[in-house]
Amino acid sequence: MKILVAVKRVVDANVKVRVKADNSGVELANAKMAINPFCEIAVEEAIRIKEKGQADEVIVVSIGEKACQEQIRTALALGADRGIHVETEDGLQPLAVAKLLRAIVQREHIDLVLVGKLSIDTDNNQVGQMLAAISGMPQGTFACGVEVQDGKLKVVREIDGGEQTVLLTLPAVVSTDLRLNEPRYASLPNIMKAKKKPIDTVTPTDLGVDVQSGLRTVSVEAPPVRTAGIKVGSVDELIARLKTEAKVI
Amino acid sequence: MSILVIAEHDNASLKPATLSTITAALAIGPGVDVLVAGASCAGVAAAAASVPGVLLADNAVYANQLPESVAALVVECGSYTHILTAATTTGKNFLPRVAALLDVAQISDIIAVKSSDTFVRPIYAGNALATVQSSDAVKVITVRTTAFAEAASAGNAAPVETLAIVKEQSLSTFAGQQLSVSERPELTAASIIVSGGRGMQSGENFKLIEKVADKLGAAIGASRAAVDAGFVPNDMQVGQTGKIVAPELYIAVGISGAIQHLAGMKDSKVIVAINKDAEAPIFQVADYGLVDDLFKVLPELAEKL
Repeated sequence: MKILVAVKRVVDANVKVRVKADNSGVELANAKMAINPFCEIAVEEAIRIKEKGQADEVIVVSIGEKACQEQIRTALALGADRGIHVETEDGLQPLAVAKLLRAIVQREHIDLVLVGKLSIDTDNNQVGQMLAAISGMPQGTFACGVEVQDGKLKVVREIDGGEQTVLLTLPAVVSTDLRLNEPRYASLPNIMKAKKKPIDTVTPTDLGVDVQSGLRTVSVEAPPVRTAGIKVGSVDELIARLKTEAKVI
Repeated sequence: MSILVIAEHDNASLKPATLSTITAALAIGPGVDVLVAGASCAGVAAAAASVPGVLLADNAVYANQLPESVAALVVECGSYTHILTAATTTGKNFLPRVAALLDVAQISDIIAVKSSDTFVRPIYAGNALATVQSSDAVKVITVRTTAFAEAASAGNAAPVETLAIVKEQSLSTFAGQQLSVSERPELTAASIIVSGGRGMQSGENFKLIEKVADKLGAAIGASRAAVDAGFVPNDMQVGQTGKIVAPELYIAVGISGAIQHLAGMKDSKVIVAINKDAEAPIFQVADYGLVDDLFKVLPELAEKL
């Protein structure tokens, strides 16, 4: 089985972003960047499946400007075999990303695609589902458990009311949720080995994909700020204020 | 303009999330149809019938709302300029497939409608709000239900049109589910929520929260840390990638207030924080903060409420 994992370069999860003064976007100039946490979980899951002997190769792909090769290297250091960098401007819409991934899936004869459920910058939660749809594949989204079982994929999913299990034929797309696994740390030897693993660069034109979108961002604003609250000195005071001042109980 | 709202339901009853989605749809335009896709769900269709049009696709293939079937149904059930559903795990699961099949963008989690082609949505865990404009022929949209009041019933029951479209598929099979059963209100619909974090130290200790929640008729939520530690099940997680809530009152107990947790509750009307760490970030969003030991405060609260 060949696995494709897509990883995205995003702002580090601990960074509190600020909106640019001209409202054209978010201030990223000196922000610390990292691999999207959900993508890292996807890489870890792919490696685990390979370590179980259920996959022959794990290919990692990232879409964006040259800097995202850093995240491909991170995935290679975690155990992926080779990388593909689709060089394009940052900020492509999910549908364009899905189309680029489909082209790679077809080129590489991929059996299983693992993606993060969402990326913590755009919070869209769409790529996995869109890729599955345009590829005619089933999907196992928000996965908290993945198991290869007799040539099929058993996926346990986190849903609003609890958990749901689906059985998917391969090839399939899985999007990872937080509790699927805890990613390993890359060891120094593996980081060194990763430097020698190949990363191929392709463009959307090479893949025959039009990345235009009908969606554009008009402006980006800061959310309304909550007025500062007060500290209360006791439970009695809290209850009194909630009753008479806030009137919520 | 013609707008389709795909109903959120459990085959037995219509979820309030659908009513909020209808409000968002009506903000776009008046011609709204509601699609109910499920199995033995005629009762849901009848409940939805206070909008101009109701479409019913009642078949075993839709029993568990598998996205491969539901999305295939949606793209065939009519020609619409806008297709909306609630941003629940069900909606988020199937709607992007609809957008991709129609070769258009999806606009996820809208919190406001500016016009029929312009919408506002949170990004970066709600630390920024993006206004986006779509020039696609069909706008495919998930709706953050906390941002829209539930539409009232109009009274006049619209006729229910039964659709004979059956989208079978064998790529994905439903293999069971485990749902939490609780007497408490559902987290996304509750007007009061008491949430516990890592500070609770164990699942057993959540009994202290339960006693307070009982007195308030509240739902119980949790931070990611509490769920990861195994204190409580995943469906209680409030946060950027868990449930988004905006109750009248949110009481955060032993929760530090990480960016990702705030993303899920910062639109609550009143926020109370109980934490023994005076520097915890949660106090920056709390209207009322009590710096004290939760193991002392919770029993006292339960007793005095």
